[in-house]
Amino acid sequence: MAFVAPKETFSGKVFEVTIGTDKAISFGGENVLPFHSFEGTVPHRPVIAYEIQDVPPEDWPETVRSVYEGVSSDPVSWARFCEDKLNAKAIALRLIGTHPDRENKGPEEAKKVVSDVLSAIKVPLIILGSNHVEKDSEVLVAVAEAAKDRNCIIGKAQEGNYKTITAAAMAHNHKLIAMSELDINLSKQLNILITQMGFPKERLITDPMCSALGYGIEYTYSVMERIRLAALTQNDAVMQPPLLGDVGTYVWKVKETQASETELPSWGSLKERSITWEAVTAAAMLVAGAELLIMRHPEAVVAVERFIDELMQ
Amino acid sequence: MALTGVEIFKLLPKTNCKKCGHPTCLAFAMKLAQRQASLDQCPDVSEEAKRILGEASAPPIRPVSFGSGDRTLKMGEEMVLFRHEKKFVNPAAFAVEIKDTESDDRINSVVEDVLSSEIERVGQKLRIDAILINNVSGEASRFEAVVKNVSEKAPNVPLIIATGNPEAAEATLKIVASRRPLLYGANKDNAEQMANIAKTYKVPLGVKADGLEALSSLTEKIKSLGVEDLVIDSGAMKAKDIIEHNTLIRRAALKKNFKPLGYPVINFCQREDKILEALIASLGVMKYSSIVVLSSVEKWKNLSLFTLRQNIYTDPQVPMQVEQKVYKIGEPRPESPLLITTNFSLTYFIVSGEIENSKVPSRLAVMDCEGLSVLTAWAAGKFTAAKIAQFIKESGIENEISHRELIIPGYVAILSGAIEEKLPGWKVTVGPKEANGIPAFLRQRMS
Repeated sequence: MAFVAPKETFSGKVFEVTIGTDKAISFGGENVLPFHSFEGTVPHRPVIAYEIQDVPPEDWPETVRSVYEGVSSDPVSWARFCEDKLNAKAIALRLIGTHPDRENKGPEEAKKVVSDVLSAIKVPLIILGSNHVEKDSEVLVAVAEAAKDRNCIIGKAQEGNYKTITAAAMAHNHKLIAMSELDINLSKQLNILITQMGFPKERLITDPMCSALGYGIEYTYSVMERIRLAALTQNDAVMQPPLLGDVGTYVWKVKETQASETELPSWGSLKERSITWEAVTAAAMLVAGAELLIMRHPEAVVAVERFIDELMQ
Repeated sequence: MALTGVEIFKLLPKTNCKKCGHPTCLAFAMKLAQRQASLDQCPDVSEEAKRILGEASAPPIRPVSFGSGDRTLKMGEEMVLFRHEKKFVNPAAFAVEIKDTESDDRINSVVEDVLSSEIERVGQKLRIDAILINNVSGEASRFEAVVKNVSEKAPNVPLIIATGNPEAAEATLKIVASRRPLLYGANKDNAEQMANIAKTYKVPLGVKADGLEALSSLTEKIKSLGVEDLVIDSGAMKAKDIIEHNTLIRRAALKKNFKPLGYPVINFCQREDKILEALIASLGVMKYSSIVVLSSVEKWKNLSLFTLRQNIYTDPQVPMQVEQKVYKIGEPRPESPLLITTNFSLTYFIVSGEIENSKVPSRLAVMDCEGLSVLTAWAAGKFTAAKIAQFIKESGIENEISHRELIIPGYVAILSGAIEEKLPGWKVTVGPKEANGIPAFLRQRMS
């Protein structure tokens, strides 16, 4: 019996998205399953953005907080450090300080941080709210304007606030993250609602909600695989935006990235363990279909970039 | 591909003799098609029919195992390409490589690491499953000595005997054949000799070739020599080749019923950079490896790999559950808060994670609701006031705490009155709807 390689080609393809202006970068655009370049085209490698925030990262575990000591008290120096020293290809600014349970900063303050960061960097910026449905709609509307003409990604638009955030992204020419909670149908529904407002589906990024390794990652993994299969095999246009894996924020709050080796000797060294936890979570998201990742620890990012090198070349 | 009942019927004696326990040959054929009967129940079936039916009913990826006793490692039998379609069956085995050129001290310390690698996670015991001993020296005598040493120090750990030298293979199998190691292996130059050794010592055989075409011809050749328990290696080393080869192998087996590649796959994932090695091994776990070979077994690396494998190999149709009990988070005192939720593992992980984030030591009562989340369990009548009250009473928590206040999820606020009625002396407080509101909620109570 002679071997004939059972290659598969698809009618659908993932939208190609370009973000930024000075040092613009593109991702998506493939017409095959993740890293299946043997049967189709994979024009771009996935993009990893470094996460920074508008307030000092006091809630980040020591292993990752210490990397940014000396720069993280100010979002501008933090962003510069990522661009200049870590060679970040993109930066994700999370406005966590606007959350009512945190510093409760107002939209004007958020606007200033965004403007300051934007004037300090050349790489593309992803602007994230604090994941508070009502507050995000105020804050993201304000910052979308402050970031106009810089071709940013803003997010996350959710079922409860997508109207105002979508309108702001549309008015100021940004890309938009649509997030729903671990369900392919909810994800499709939200993308439909957003495009029905006149927002072009080619400018969307789908976030099916990330989970950390050991904490429900299999749900995110399978939802991503199913979204990608729908995009390719059924040529379903609302399922064709690139996928986001918002890895760092989920990983750096689980026990495995915080418990000391003294406390749990069978888990081994905390530093390597926590970095690997972030890297493996990111790798799983990539293999499931993510084209855009948001991560925190530089050593995890370097390992994942090397992993992508091996998958692409 | 599997045959239909009618196709099977045509191959049966059509005597309706009932000796198989079914009223007619057609009824028996239907049962065979549904895999609810076995062909050996028919005493009169022809050899020809046995051959055809045997081939058609064989699983597309052959079940192969190595090792012995309760540490036996089962591989193959996979039926799908994507885990949401159906549960992945036999979890990838992790094997660590020992080179026979390494010092005895180093070898002993790796064996020690393997023996102490077991950890428990969500009720499962996870460990490094096997040791691959590689005949890098090319010498039979050194290899034999190392295999002997390792097999004595790790008497229950399944072994992979990695040598292309038939003499070395035979010398070591004389010592360890009874443990059913995997002999890895055969290549285009030694296929006959290796197949004979595998046959003589009744061990499964690893087969390596360069690329999928060469691999297909080589497995066919070895099968014709009478060895069918094979594990295959396409020579893929780089991540790009691993995902390509493993995907094509599984597709060929499942979608084309292509027998020459219908075997479990072994992948070599060793890298200088140990974090990168964890990622390559992860790729193997997600993309169809049955054996993932590692260069080292650091505890921190094991933990990620064990967890990923556990996550990927869970049954997508059955919600993961955690044990019903009152969990302590931090070091709660008698006056610390008591919260309740359901035992869907994702719910538990998220809620306990947020309580941990709050840094407020607490108790979390996790109630068995058959793995449903809070709202679903409530809607299904499994998370009701009566059941919650009964659980709290029977849990014995009243002896551990100095207060009588229960914090319930915001989504079931409606239950608060009813619970207070059924739990006299208790006060029910409605907590946040979403877990991410827990840290603020708990911290506010403290201030």
